[in-house]
Amino acid sequence: MNENLTLLAIVLGILHSGIRLATPYLYASLGEMFAQRSGVLNLGVEGIMLMGSFFGFYTVFETQNMWLGLAVAGLVGALMGLLMALVSVTFKAEQGISGIGLSLFGLGVSSLLFKMTLGTVEGVDGFSELKFCLSSVGVNSGVCLSDLPVVGDIVFSHSLVTYLGYALVPVAAWILARTTWGLKIKAVGQNPEAADSLGVSVSAVRYATVTLGGIFAGIAGASLSISLLGIFQENMTNGIGFIAVALVYFGGWSPWGVLAGSLLFSTVSAIQLWGQVLNLPIPSDVSVMLPYLLTIIALALPIRRAAQPAALTKPFTRGEG
Amino acid sequence: MSEKNLLPSGLPRIESLEMRGIVKRFPGVLANDHVDFDVKAGEIHALLGENGAGKSTLMKILYGLYAPEEGEIYLNGEKININSPTDSINHGIGMIHQHFMLVDTLNVAQNVALGLKSTREPRLDLDIVSERITELSEAYGLHVDPQANVGRLAVGERQRVEIIKALYRGAALLVLDEPTAVLTPQEVDDVFVIFRQMARDGHGLIFISHKLDEITALTDRVTVLRDGKAIGTRPTSEVTKKDLANMMVGREVLLERNRPPAETGEVRLKLDNVSAFNDREQQILKNVSLEVRSGEIVGVAGVSGNGQRPLAEAIAGLQPTSEGSIFLEQRDVTGLATIEMLRAGLSYIPEERMHDGVIKDFSVAWNFILQDHVRAPYSRGIFLNFKYIDQHSQELIKSFNVKTPSRETPVKNLSGGNIQKLILARELDRRPRVLIAAQPTRGVDIGATEYIHNQLLLQRAEGLATLLISEDLDEVMALSDRIVVMFGGEIMGIVENKGISAEDLGLMMAGERLDNA
Repeated sequence: MNENLTLLAIVLGILHSGIRLATPYLYASLGEMFAQRSGVLNLGVEGIMLMGSFFGFYTVFETQNMWLGLAVAGLVGALMGLLMALVSVTFKAEQGISGIGLSLFGLGVSSLLFKMTLGTVEGVDGFSELKFCLSSVGVNSGVCLSDLPVVGDIVFSHSLVTYLGYALVPVAAWILARTTWGLKIKAVGQNPEAADSLGVSVSAVRYATVTLGGIFAGIAGASLSISLLGIFQENMTNGIGFIAVALVYFGGWSPWGVLAGSLLFSTVSAIQLWGQVLNLPIPSDVSVMLPYLLTIIALALPIRRAAQPAALTKPFTRGEG
Repeated sequence: MSEKNLLPSGLPRIESLEMRGIVKRFPGVLANDHVDFDVKAGEIHALLGENGAGKSTLMKILYGLYAPEEGEIYLNGEKININSPTDSINHGIGMIHQHFMLVDTLNVAQNVALGLKSTREPRLDLDIVSERITELSEAYGLHVDPQANVGRLAVGERQRVEIIKALYRGAALLVLDEPTAVLTPQEVDDVFVIFRQMARDGHGLIFISHKLDEITALTDRVTVLRDGKAIGTRPTSEVTKKDLANMMVGREVLLERNRPPAETGEVRLKLDNVSAFNDREQQILKNVSLEVRSGEIVGVAGVSGNGQRPLAEAIAGLQPTSEGSIFLEQRDVTGLATIEMLRAGLSYIPEERMHDGVIKDFSVAWNFILQDHVRAPYSRGIFLNFKYIDQHSQELIKSFNVKTPSRETPVKNLSGGNIQKLILARELDRRPRVLIAAQPTRGVDIGATEYIHNQLLLQRAEGLATLLISEDLDEVMALSDRIVVMFGGEIMGIVENKGISAEDLGLMMAGERLDNA
């Protein structure tokens, strides 16, 4: 009896962490999905996340204003995205190389600024959890959805940043399927010559998606430092940005696929964390490896490649082909 | 405005469009040299010229893709400025590109709506777009389903989608850039009916082509471009094909090929029940069996993408086969590596000449020895014999009439026709037993085509077994002793090239088997 209760508590804990930890994956991979749908592979997500992570944290540390921290992270992310767009769209550089460069740049700059300003690991309070309490005439009735058994813990006890991440999934799906902008993104990623011949500016669309991807990656980084963990460390993203790129492939370039992938990876991460907490007799190195192993397996699966945008990684020049 | 000045799409006609004194320079080339060109409502005006004559440049200027250095454009007598495709679309000019500008993963309505303002921004209004497509489709007899997925449409249907796209944007004048290059003869007939009807309804059409038959069959006037200059404009009814060919090339050309009766010998190449799959597990060759004898040219006809390329690559050892056997001079060579095939006496002219036929940045001389550089007399041990390589490439350049500044010139600086002559020289110099020639004259000018055809016929007389794969039905019919027609990776029939009509072959190219055709 007692054992069953413990097991239930662990499962609940894993599911709660899974939903929570999906936040940075979601923001980063949704943003990356827009860039890739328009034909730009941005491998700089990791670096943009680190920059967003640092600037978001530092802003909150100095001002105690969470939303300002998030906004600054988004702004820094936008600037990094613009830099990527400049190099890969305007200068038509090899996208894989320029993205790796951007990642290393973000790692270096965020570490340097960290040493110059904070120096040691500091903490902030982070976003508080929403409880979804019913209120009548402005008076809290004390009845909260978060008090519901099981689902209350798993679903109704996260911060607004996390919920916003999930809300972006249907919004992204709607943009791609139902708007003129979504149609342009898909066309530019699939056949930029066709889009160009109809007066669609390939560069403008790609600048917009890569910058949007930058904003999302910046917020993804900040969600880690100011929402989930409440601290900033050097290289704290630890590969999440690269996994986010892989998640776009894994999710077959669809927002819902990206959501499924994010949840899968965050749940595996949660299992790994709980494994450490519970001192399971598995070397921690092995469990830390799990998400990365899963990334490699996911990318090796050939079935999803059919959905790949045909012009992915190909710079566009008018009059060729 | 009277009813008669409106097009079936409900828009006003373009009574006249004139380009005057157009000059466009590219580094080292005068692509358009004071070209005058005009088209009127209700007229189909052909623009004829070889590759590099300046046709595409002139039309890209009209469509706003290039800016001219000099010259003016007048629409209904008024001077207009065109700086981008959007400007040209707004003036009622539409362009049907040679390579269709369609997004395969979207449906017809989405392809049409792309880049247009929606009536309910930012949301799409595909229902309204679909309605209008249906209206236009009925008014012009185009039979286009707005919900159809473009990736699944046949080539002829895709072309009609392109026409709808232009009409939807209000095109009164249409530029048709080699619109028949990828069609079967029947599809060509169908689309010509549409073009003629559009002209009768008051559209102006500019028809770019280098196919003389089509120009004489379809157009009202013809303007010939050569080396960037307009050589002349004539009513089509007053010129013969021969006149046009001579105007285009600037000298006398022979359109007919002299093909004496074949003196065939032993079977040199035999395919027995060969099947193959691509990396997406789709079957691309289905039970293909054929024979090529010494002294004959066997032509493979078919619309692009019906298994011709896998066939050539299977024989060359580049495409693994799943079933069946390939014999080269009685020897079973199934599954041999390409180098073994080359040693066994095969020569191969690949269809993607810039991609698979040469290394663009290498010199002419280096490209001559791509296969044989490991063998004497090109090399001794690990050392290349530069003296022999230089001397021999000089001989080949001369005997095959390759126009190049020197043997050291990088191949990418040569014209398409001369690159093809280079490849032909290399492949024939190896004294092959069997030659696979895939699209040997695609994109090659009339002069070089004449030369390449004559070389193939000369080799035939000397006993070479040639498999000629071509999407140009005229070429297949001019050179082949027997004709194999492919559709969907299968052979629809093999016929003697005697008394067979292009229409019969066209039916097979569209998927009818010989016994039904």
